[in-house]
Amino acid sequence: MSENQNPNTSQDVTTSTETAGHPERFSDPGVPEHRARLTDTDPKANKRSERIIVLLFALSCLGAIASLVAYFTVRPDGTTDQTRLSTLLLGVTMAISLLGIGIAAIHWAKALMSDHEHVDERHDLKSSPEVREVAVKHLTDGVEDSGIGRRGVLKGAAVSALALFPLTFAVPLISSVGGDWNISKFRHTIWTSGKRLAYDPTGRPIKAADLTVGSVAHVIPEESEEYMASHEWITEKAKAVVLLVRLNPEDIRSDQSPEGETWSYDGIVAYSKICTHVGCPVALYEQQTHHLLCPCHQSTFDMADGAKVVFGPANRPLPQLPIAVDDEGYLVAQDDFAEPVGPSYWERLK
Amino acid sequence: MSTETASNTGAPTTPVGKAADYLDQRTSIGVAVKEFARKVFPDHWSFMLGEMALFSFVVLLLSGVFLTMFFDPSMALVEYHGAGPETMQGQLMSTAFASTLDLSFDVRGGLLMRQIHHWAALVFMASIVVHMMRVFFTGAFRKPREINWLVGTVLLILGLLAGFSGYSLPDDVLSGNGLRITDGVIKSIPVIGSYMSYMVFGGEFPGEHIIPRLFTIHILLVPALILALIGLHLFLMVLHKHTQYPGGGRTDKNVVGYPLFPVYVAKMGGNFFIVFGILALMGATMSINNVWNYGPYDPSPVGAGAQPDWYMLFLEGSLRLMPGAGTEWVIFGYTLSLNVLIPAVVIPGLLFTFLFAYPFIEAKVTGDKREHHVLDRPRNVPVRTGLGVAFLTAFIILALAGSNDLIATHFAMSLNQITWAFRILFFVGPVFAFWVTKRICLSLQRKDRELVLHGHETGRIVRFANGEYIEVHRPLDEQERWLRVNYDAHRPLEIEPATDARGVKRRGYKSDKRWQKLSRFFYEDRVEPVTPAELAAAHSHGEHDEIAPAAHTSEVTSGTDTVDRER
Repeated sequence: MSENQNPNTSQDVTTSTETAGHPERFSDPGVPEHRARLTDTDPKANKRSERIIVLLFALSCLGAIASLVAYFTVRPDGTTDQTRLSTLLLGVTMAISLLGIGIAAIHWAKALMSDHEHVDERHDLKSSPEVREVAVKHLTDGVEDSGIGRRGVLKGAAVSALALFPLTFAVPLISSVGGDWNISKFRHTIWTSGKRLAYDPTGRPIKAADLTVGSVAHVIPEESEEYMASHEWITEKAKAVVLLVRLNPEDIRSDQSPEGETWSYDGIVAYSKICTHVGCPVALYEQQTHHLLCPCHQSTFDMADGAKVVFGPANRPLPQLPIAVDDEGYLVAQDDFAEPVGPSYWERLK
Repeated sequence: MSTETASNTGAPTTPVGKAADYLDQRTSIGVAVKEFARKVFPDHWSFMLGEMALFSFVVLLLSGVFLTMFFDPSMALVEYHGAGPETMQGQLMSTAFASTLDLSFDVRGGLLMRQIHHWAALVFMASIVVHMMRVFFTGAFRKPREINWLVGTVLLILGLLAGFSGYSLPDDVLSGNGLRITDGVIKSIPVIGSYMSYMVFGGEFPGEHIIPRLFTIHILLVPALILALIGLHLFLMVLHKHTQYPGGGRTDKNVVGYPLFPVYVAKMGGNFFIVFGILALMGATMSINNVWNYGPYDPSPVGAGAQPDWYMLFLEGSLRLMPGAGTEWVIFGYTLSLNVLIPAVVIPGLLFTFLFAYPFIEAKVTGDKREHHVLDRPRNVPVRTGLGVAFLTAFIILALAGSNDLIATHFAMSLNQITWAFRILFFVGPVFAFWVTKRICLSLQRKDRELVLHGHETGRIVRFANGEYIEVHRPLDEQERWLRVNYDAHRPLEIEPATDARGVKRRGYKSDKRWQKLSRFFYEDRVEPVTPAELAAAHSHGEHDEIAPAAHTSEVTSGTDTVDRER
């Protein structure tokens, strides 16, 4: 864009030129002449429209009656088909009764009611100077009457009281609304040293020998049945779910084991199933590429390469669950995850 | 004195008259009837879009009340044995999910009401968006309606909130994962994110508080706010009187249309029943959100190809498009997840800021302080129309990106390539859409000019005695012409010079200069309306004059002096 001061010097302007003797602008031709409708001029058409409207209202009545008939004849018997049939009949008859009224009313308005246009004047929205003057006077009189201008201490006291009273409401609310406010819970899951890995959702422990190369398992920690029927379990499960795959040991290029430790067992690797993006369960495993795809936002993790992100909006690899095998050949956790699972949050590394 | 008013002059005799008299003596309802019964409303099909939003909200309230009679917003776990499908029997689920199954299968008309409620929510949001498009593209947000535009935009946001909170109530797998995504987004907020997550869920996700909390938000807090703001929206609409499309006799000082009673009572009442009827038809014939196919919430499973309701798709798409590599920053040990923050907080923030700020920016760059009651034809404000289309393009690209997995599976394309294409399109698409729209608007304006100057082509070719051929054009009648010439082609702002008369630097010059730049962006390219002088000039010398100036005499005698002749 040029720095030119004159705003009228660009290229794409189609301007008008004024010539003496002609007005600068066209004048308003006024509201177009009313055109009579067929129903205005032809009594037959008028009568026909009326009959159509009556018919539509009658149809609406029939729809309402049909709805009652449908209600009494189609009784739900617990099957999905019967529920669907009942829904269909009740809905269609309801629609007939409603649409009959709606179409009739609009046809009535369009065909039979007068279609002569009316003109109303608009008035300025702003109030007149006199009104404003009175309004301002009322306010200044009010301020004067209250004496708020002269009584500084009173003003301060009133403002303080008004500022403080919401605390009586807010403090109890805020103290309780977040439960115990203990956000360090984000750091831990119920995985502990020696806890067995179990199939989700059956809860059956997993033997390393049962897993063939290329197989994949959705994993939960082994817990008692009554714990698994509690709310606490759902919240803990939301952090603890793991996806386990058995790869050919040669295919594993890396995992997250630190120096001197082995977090995988004979090609079996276990990673948190909670996406490091916004926390969806990462559930789609592609055997050929060893890629794990999050169905929510398509973050893709390479299970053969430390669950590193290969595509999508996630930034961090899925945390690895260190696993081993116990005396009976069952897979167990060596420890909890080394870092918080799931999406990032402000204090994650603190 | 008080006794004679009622008895003496024209005491009502009919039952209706008596009832009206009774009411009027206690409420002075006569004043309201006198004021409003024959109030004039302009007519146009696009004015019913806002009505559709209102009426689908009424349907939401009606069907919602039905649902609350049977829905139990509790997260207490139960083993299900009820009227629901075989696959759900014996499953562990929340009471909320169980009562959703029961009200669908056990309550007659329950499933119909659920489906009507869900469809009405989708139509509610759609009609709000289309209504906003109408208001935006016709400039109905200009003075004095800026405040009402803000009220409307807040209503849009409340609508999103109502939809989101209601969608999550059945506590099924799909909506549970939606909540989990919300939790991830909340956690990404710097400093307070973790605590906000605790505040929303009453502890860790999912906890046992979220469904009752969402229920209160969904059936009390948000609907109350929506109702209050609808009241304000309509009050301001009546106070301002409705805008009207340009046309003969319609000015900023009047309102041309039909009286409220009976025409609009019938039309609006009819519209309500049609909206309700169509929603009933949709609820009857199109099943939606069959939660028994997804199952109760469990933090482990997730469905592939899962999409949120359409009005949330843009957020979903925004999350999907953001590349994750290198966008999570650690500053002094604190984690800043730009890969979530930018798409889920910053992008929608920018989109809504545009909506909130636009009327004020346009007023400023137009330098216009008048009241406007006659709407703009979108072509006559090319940059506004272009910006609106660019905004919609960004919104649609994000919504499509929110369906990238479905596009990939349906058209057998690479998901990664689609995502990359959308990443690029998100930046290129709106710019291109702006440019194309602006050019189309300018071209339409030029076409209008040409029509006004030269009239309609008639297809009639006339041969003169001297052998010359001309095509006969029919001039526009004055209504047609008025529609095409009655607009203001705004010019860029002119500002005062940098220094005053004594050569002292003027304060505020830099800011003025910036506004002028923006104003140039808006109004540098423009097409001005035809003036009477130009029309007269076009009539007096057709272009064929230049080819054969000597033919003048024969033209006069050709007998076609009632038509305009060109080319």
